[in-house]
Amino acid sequence: MTTGPDESGRFGAYGGRYAPETLMPALEQLEAAFTAAWNDRDFRSELSELLSTYVGRPTPVFHARRLSESLGFDLWLKREDLAHTGAHKINNTMGQALLAKRMGKPRVIAETGAGQHGVATATACALLGLDCVVYMGEKDIERQALNVYRMHLLGAEVIPVSSGAGTLKDAVSEAMRDWVGSVEDTHYIIGSVVGPHPFPWMVREFQRVIGDEMHSQLHGAAEPDVVVACVGGGSNSIGAFATYLDDDVELVGVEAGGYGLGTGKHGASLIEGSPGVIHGSFTYLLQDDEGQVLEAHSISAGLDYPGVGPEHAAYRDAGAVRYDSVTDDEAIEALHLLSRTEGIIPALESAHAVAWVVREAPSLIGKNVAIVLSGRGDKDVMQIAALDD
Amino acid sequence: MTDTGAERLRRLFATVRSEHRAALLPFLTAGIPDIDSSVSMFEAMAAAGADGFEIGIPYADPLMDGPVIAEAAERALAGGMTVARAFEIADRVTTSTGKPVLLMTYTNPVMHYGAAEFAADAAAAGAAGLIIADLPVEEAAPFLAATRDAGIGMALFAAPTTTDTRIAAIADADPSFVYAVATLGVTGERAEGSGALAGLADRIRATSDVPIVAGVGISTPGQAASAAAQADGVIVGSALVRRALEAGSGDVAADALRSAVSDLRAAMERGT
Repeated sequence: MTTGPDESGRFGAYGGRYAPETLMPALEQLEAAFTAAWNDRDFRSELSELLSTYVGRPTPVFHARRLSESLGFDLWLKREDLAHTGAHKINNTMGQALLAKRMGKPRVIAETGAGQHGVATATACALLGLDCVVYMGEKDIERQALNVYRMHLLGAEVIPVSSGAGTLKDAVSEAMRDWVGSVEDTHYIIGSVVGPHPFPWMVREFQRVIGDEMHSQLHGAAEPDVVVACVGGGSNSIGAFATYLDDDVELVGVEAGGYGLGTGKHGASLIEGSPGVIHGSFTYLLQDDEGQVLEAHSISAGLDYPGVGPEHAAYRDAGAVRYDSVTDDEAIEALHLLSRTEGIIPALESAHAVAWVVREAPSLIGKNVAIVLSGRGDKDVMQIAALDD
Repeated sequence: MTDTGAERLRRLFATVRSEHRAALLPFLTAGIPDIDSSVSMFEAMAAAGADGFEIGIPYADPLMDGPVIAEAAERALAGGMTVARAFEIADRVTTSTGKPVLLMTYTNPVMHYGAAEFAADAAAAGAAGLIIADLPVEEAAPFLAATRDAGIGMALFAAPTTTDTRIAAIADADPSFVYAVATLGVTGERAEGSGALAGLADRIRATSDVPIVAGVGISTPGQAASAAAQADGVIVGSALVRRALEAGSGDVAADALRSAVSDLRAAMERGT
């Protein structure tokens, strides 16, 4: 399996750059700047230094012993929830904020769904002295009030987006519209492995620290047979899979099943979508007969997205990764289960990966299974509490 | 109609060049509020001096459009507008006005329809050309080939940020015209012109003789007149779409658009 992309930004058939011409020079500049930075030892060591002294990397891998015992196989959790700000998102925002600084762009914009990427961007900008504006759907602002306030505390401006369903898709569109007018002094820190080239590639490179750490932490007796991660845009999963693609490891990406496949209320673009263009990239998306993008649905704001990273689209077609889904209800149940058995409250996004492992447990007996626990669940506590009423 | 769409488009640019003026190309989203009203609005603008039209096929996630055209797209889609119905509007407008119609949309609706099928059906509907707002030259080859095979024209974009290297690549791809983005930003009305168009048009002309059509942020008669001095065509969108959205009925909209287009045309002829 190649890990691409090629010169035109394609992973197999997928990816590319379907962006307004106004942005194309900035995308070329970003590609050149990232390529140079990624080959620059000073940039790499500055980033590594920040990741260890500020973000708290490496994050631990934890053997979930009570759950392992009840499931009948060894389960390991890659604790991205313990990274600063509570999710893997900061791996990417630290890298891109450093890059923005290197490119001489004083203003940063970002989109956010659950708010984790917005908080991680606001954090990196506060640390590096960059102006920060975060676009967030109105519906997400409502269900993630805590993260909105965190962004305010960190000095970021949060702009509500009312178009469409007021969720992640609409926030990405609005951020891109801002960028079309501000591109000369602004960098867009996209939060996942989506968007036009070089974003899917660059974000993967910033996130592959997840898989690289897992590889050395689990090396030896705990070598995983199966690596499981949730897939919205797909950055924590790609970050883990990138390391394991050439190994004899089964890779499983878990999409948001929402109310269930076939209900039209889910975020399973790889399973129920079809190829097309969304947010600058050729990939799988949920769309209607007219090529209009459909609204996704997921209880988890971070998976509530009708597209997916183009590299995942390539792995889907090649059969290199197994993509499956779990429903809202299964994810909620898994959140409760992990909280009670291991004392870890996972983000609703990450609970999807846990739910898949619990549901598929009979087929996993005797295997070493590693889950990327991409974020912590504090942000979801009020939402879960409301469901319990 | 014996001429192909591409030929009619070429003739339009040859005509305005020989008359030392720029074509006035008003934009409206198809289907605000319905097919019949759309057709009568374009007819009113033809009577007021429009040289051709840009008809927007609504797309719900328009990355290049500001709030006015985005709202028009949402309303048109809610009213049941489809690609096929937009073709019907293009067909009726072409037949009744005799003026070239450019179809504007985004990549995904065209790709989903199939580029070749889309170009063929657009040609059958009498369309003269195609504009895809999120399609840069790197990804344009299949669409350029499809429109060429169907005998209709196609635009490529150049923006104030576009480098000279990119302008050369855009000209080399041989589009029917270059859509010169006159303002850094998405579509929408602005009080002041940006002043970015002159430099961009000069850089395009230094490379190629391709017709230049200016759009984005051109809304007042004064801005249109100033753009006309730099380009072979001028697109006015949001200012007209706003009038169509604000009007309570198709008739009121047609009257408002007739008067707005007549003012634009007069200013372009006066030069200020």
